[in-house]
Amino acid sequence: MAAEHSCDISLAITGSGGAGAITAGELLLELAGRNGCLGMMRRSFGPQIRGGEAAALVRISHRPVECMNDSFDLLLALDWRNAERFAEEIALRPDSLIIADPDAGAIPEPIRALGIELVEVPMQALARDIPAGRPNLVALGLLAHWLDICPDEAGRVIDHVFLGKGEAIVQGSRQAFVAGFGHPVIAQARQARPRPDGNRVFEGERWDLSGNEGCGIGALRGGIRFAAAYPITPASDLLEWLAPRLEQLGGSLLQAEDELASINMVIGASFGGVPALTATSGPGLALMLEAMGLAVAAEVPAVVVNVMRGGPSTGIPTKSEQADLNMALYGLHGDAPHLVLGALDHADCILTTEWGVRLAEALQTLAVVLTDQNLAQSRVLIPEPAYALPDLPARQLAGPGADYCRYALTDSGISPMAIPGTPGCTYVADGLEHDERGKPSSAAADHHAQLDKRQRKIAGFDYGNLWADVRGTGEIAILTWGSSAAAAHEAAERLSRRGEAVRVVALRLLLPASPEKLAQALSGVSRVLVVEQSHGRQFHHYLRAYYDVEAETRVLARPGPLPITPGEIVAAIENWS
Amino acid sequence: MSRTAAPATMAATPKDYKSDIKPVWCPGCGDFAVLNAITKALAFLELPREAVAMITGIGCSSRIAAYTSVYGFHGVHGRALALAAGLKAARPELTVLAAGGDGDGLSIGGNHFIHACRRNMDLTYIIMDNEVYGMTKGQASPTTAPDWADGKLTPRGTGIRPFQPAGLALAAGASFIARGFTGDPNGLAKILVEAIRHPGFAFVHALSPCPTFRPEQMEWKRQVRGFDIEPTDDPVEAARRIQADDGMSIGVVYRNAYPVFRPGGAGGESGGESGGVRGGGSMAAIERELRL
Repeated sequence: MAAEHSCDISLAITGSGGAGAITAGELLLELAGRNGCLGMMRRSFGPQIRGGEAAALVRISHRPVECMNDSFDLLLALDWRNAERFAEEIALRPDSLIIADPDAGAIPEPIRALGIELVEVPMQALARDIPAGRPNLVALGLLAHWLDICPDEAGRVIDHVFLGKGEAIVQGSRQAFVAGFGHPVIAQARQARPRPDGNRVFEGERWDLSGNEGCGIGALRGGIRFAAAYPITPASDLLEWLAPRLEQLGGSLLQAEDELASINMVIGASFGGVPALTATSGPGLALMLEAMGLAVAAEVPAVVVNVMRGGPSTGIPTKSEQADLNMALYGLHGDAPHLVLGALDHADCILTTEWGVRLAEALQTLAVVLTDQNLAQSRVLIPEPAYALPDLPARQLAGPGADYCRYALTDSGISPMAIPGTPGCTYVADGLEHDERGKPSSAAADHHAQLDKRQRKIAGFDYGNLWADVRGTGEIAILTWGSSAAAAHEAAERLSRRGEAVRVVALRLLLPASPEKLAQALSGVSRVLVVEQSHGRQFHHYLRAYYDVEAETRVLARPGPLPITPGEIVAAIENWS
Repeated sequence: MSRTAAPATMAATPKDYKSDIKPVWCPGCGDFAVLNAITKALAFLELPREAVAMITGIGCSSRIAAYTSVYGFHGVHGRALALAAGLKAARPELTVLAAGGDGDGLSIGGNHFIHACRRNMDLTYIIMDNEVYGMTKGQASPTTAPDWADGKLTPRGTGIRPFQPAGLALAAGASFIARGFTGDPNGLAKILVEAIRHPGFAFVHALSPCPTFRPEQMEWKRQVRGFDIEPTDDPVEAARRIQADDGMSIGVVYRNAYPVFRPGGAGGESGGESGGVRGGGSMAAIERELRL
């Protein structure tokens, strides 16, 4: 289907450190966006801190996309240094196209062996002739022409990015773009294959959003005004995004000495009445677990966004995996009911984080919001996100008074919380088991009553219909969570176009579990494909622990670092026999 | 006991700052005197109970939060200073005290201690030092002498030189360093008043004997003496005094007017350099940044 193909293009731009592959990709996505397209970009880096090879993986489409496609239509190599590192990430087809610089050295043999059409453009030589010209801007011009993107916006996009770097850079960049855009080989290459349609197709408001930024927006919307931060890949950008913006809203961010401190700072701030959050990744979450139990026991609202990466241990810090699920669900010591949520796509990072914050505040407990590197550090151009959260009560506060019972055994399990400064209500928040007043107690009755209370407030709450994103009908269902949901939706759409109705159930609320709701969502389903990015099948084991799935079930579970693609899911369903 | 704060017109008494919970401490424990000194200091300063928070970790001495009538948080082992920093960042107008033992503050919480010193938030931190883990019944701590052979995990002594808490605080950049002794509760209360009034991180090292596991510490009352000079603001001089001392001199040894850290510039003075305009922005403006 040429028309469909033409509206959904995947390109990879690779280069060694400093070649500007990432900049070219970002500019291309922005340019496509200004031309009415939607899209997504993932960055891929080698392990070096600076100067390593980098790849911009860009998908441009006329419809919202939330995951990368199975293969790439075009690979543009600014040079070939360490390009083989990206080989498994950039799948090419026989009808793909490679654009390379003849002066950048020989094409690595594994790539040449694919026999893919090669177009040679002397990007370095073209750039050399332009003062302050750079090969990556030549490449941007080539790709813009190949995509039939109207070049008028290019000047504005270049100005926007390079304005701070001086007039010479701006002019050089504009000229390099023009040199690429006008290069004759692209016109020839375009004639040989289906071409993208560059017409303006999307006129509505669009956002340019990373998953980490989405979590940041959701946190602020939810009322977070304090964050504690210890740097860790791939969560640091979320914390860095929050730092100035919290201050703009009158809040603050405190850089901690370690994750043990950051989670305790969050609990301290929240004890003080200010909604508080931290963000981390697997190893950091492991360090926070002890104090996460304190938040549960002392009933202090606290939010931890955990951006999952390849594990265990240092694992693969710059790549994605969905393998911290077990830790988020079961890592706390003692019987510690808490909330675990998983964001499903970029826009959903906003919703899920805001919901997590509001639930933590309403229920005076810990909420863990799970995302992953794939979601957190990729960018999408999407229609302006819109969602509606059900009305949630704010944190229930105690007014000035006498005879205050911090941990009163209420029917809902939620007890009014006195904030320091409130006269007459002084109490001691305690991780020691306590009675209703907060007095330490090891009595069986107090322990049982407080355990019941902490469970009751979470189990008895009505979470409404946000527990999952349920789409489609059909006797086959894909049951998934987190960022794998995007690939599942795309797989379901492909199968639907072929006449195979598939429904997708993506769980957003993992704890507490919603077994009755899932049973209803799966009614009439005869086959369930569980999809997750975990070698140990953590999601599947979670499903077996909390749910009765009666349909025949298979599991597509594999580890990172490569994201699960729609094609893999389609194949798993097509090969079911 | 009434739970409402004493009106400003009525002189507060130390008793107003005590809860009705009976301490778990052994008879003769120095921590009783620390509790008395804290409540005396709070009464002297006439701080409303609801404007004070006492944050502690885990251990015998960390139980102290429950024995006061101010707001309190009895958290996890070693993290009192992190809880306190978060609370102070969120609520700069509160008077925030943190307290705990030598194991809590210098072993499991050692990293937080040195970073709290250099961060210099406006907190008061009291280490109640008895050179032993009491709640777990008698193990050596980071301040235990190397030849103390009664430690159940170190039957031949630790063989490790102990931390010098005042020297550690000085090296880490604390702006107020004092040592007090529970055998002199009035002197300790006076030190605490100064510590609470000090703008910045005030470290009070309270020698607090353990009659149960370190009965020989009952001799401390014959060994302590006052620093015979005024506090210095010269860290080199402070280091000399601390190094020359046997650890039994009490009083304020060092005081300096380092800038007080307030995250996000909360409460006026600037803290970090984030480029943000504190409180001047709006959610709508932040969301506009994400529009294409």
